[in-house]
Amino acid sequence: MSERAQLLLPIADDELVLGWRNSEWTGIAPFLEEDVAFSSIVQNEIGHARALYQLVADELGTTADALAFDRSPDEYQCSRFVELRLVPDWARTIARHWLYEEADEKRLEALKASDDPEVAGLAAKIDREEAYHRMHAQMWNERLAEEPRYLEALEELRPLVDGRGDHTREFAALWEEMTMVRRSVAGATW
Amino acid sequence: MVTEAQVWAALAEIPDPEIPVISLVDLGVVRAVEVENDRVRVEFTPTFLGCPALEVMRDAMAKKVRELGAEPVVAVISDDSWSTDRITPEGREKLRAAGLAPPTPREAGGPRLVQLQTGAFRCPYCGSTDTALENIFGPTPCRSLRYCRGCRQPFEQFKTI
Repeated sequence: MSERAQLLLPIADDELVLGWRNSEWTGIAPFLEEDVAFSSIVQNEIGHARALYQLVADELGTTADALAFDRSPDEYQCSRFVELRLVPDWARTIARHWLYEEADEKRLEALKASDDPEVAGLAAKIDREEAYHRMHAQMWNERLAEEPRYLEALEELRPLVDGRGDHTREFAALWEEMTMVRRSVAGATW
Repeated sequence: MVTEAQVWAALAEIPDPEIPVISLVDLGVVRAVEVENDRVRVEFTPTFLGCPALEVMRDAMAKKVRELGAEPVVAVISDDSWSTDRITPEGREKLRAAGLAPPTPREAGGPRLVQLQTGAFRCPYCGSTDTALENIFGPTPCRSLRYCRGCRQPFEQFKTI
């Protein structure tokens, strides 16, 4: 696998799987504004995943959809952190949102400095959109700053942020659901 | 043979799929047009990467070029070259007239929460800057929701990217 694929696939997988997990709030978020916010954030994250997969796909001679949906579970390189199913726990969801955006900002800074102009250019574009995710996370982090359940969730989740390797138990069910259409209808596209 | 000016004019007829009051040229997503014999290369810079209208825009541009009798090549450029600063003055006025507050200029260092919460964003209906942030996100990823205390009307604010 190329250097670019090794660099970008774990990031694309993080964005896809976190997007999938956050989409589980659509329709059932605590109030309407958050239903709208989480659905928009998800749309962006999955858009970022697609653009990252596309850069890898161009090099490997495949497609973004094939990378996103045709790999076996053990080929995904997302962190265990994004795999966790946190619905219906809002405090833990916001804790993950805050921690992820914080870590993602650092990762994007590094990508923006890449020698590969396509990688640096895409990272700069993604970062413009992520700025709004960070502001949303910041707003919630301030709002819940005194909330014990939120503080406990931060303690619990912070050590897990970059835990890669074996998948969590709940990843199998996510993979089943996420790849169902492609497995049922060969070559389905969006 | 088709000319660059003809291609630009044809692309200017394509409405934005989600905000049809402005054209793709007003939106600033066409970065370049190059004509080489009967082949036309259009450089298309997407707005938001997750925008579901991107494929519709790309296909509409290819169709317009084909209608001019040329072979289209629509190159999607996913870098930082599109910004809301690229929306034309005419495009901004059309957005405002449709009740969508046009984006504020891009600033060094990017947008900040305190600025969204306290900045002087202007209501597209009454012109008051006494407006409040209701939600950073709105009906599409490119918009926020604000409320005007002047005319007591909620409105959509184009995000600055």
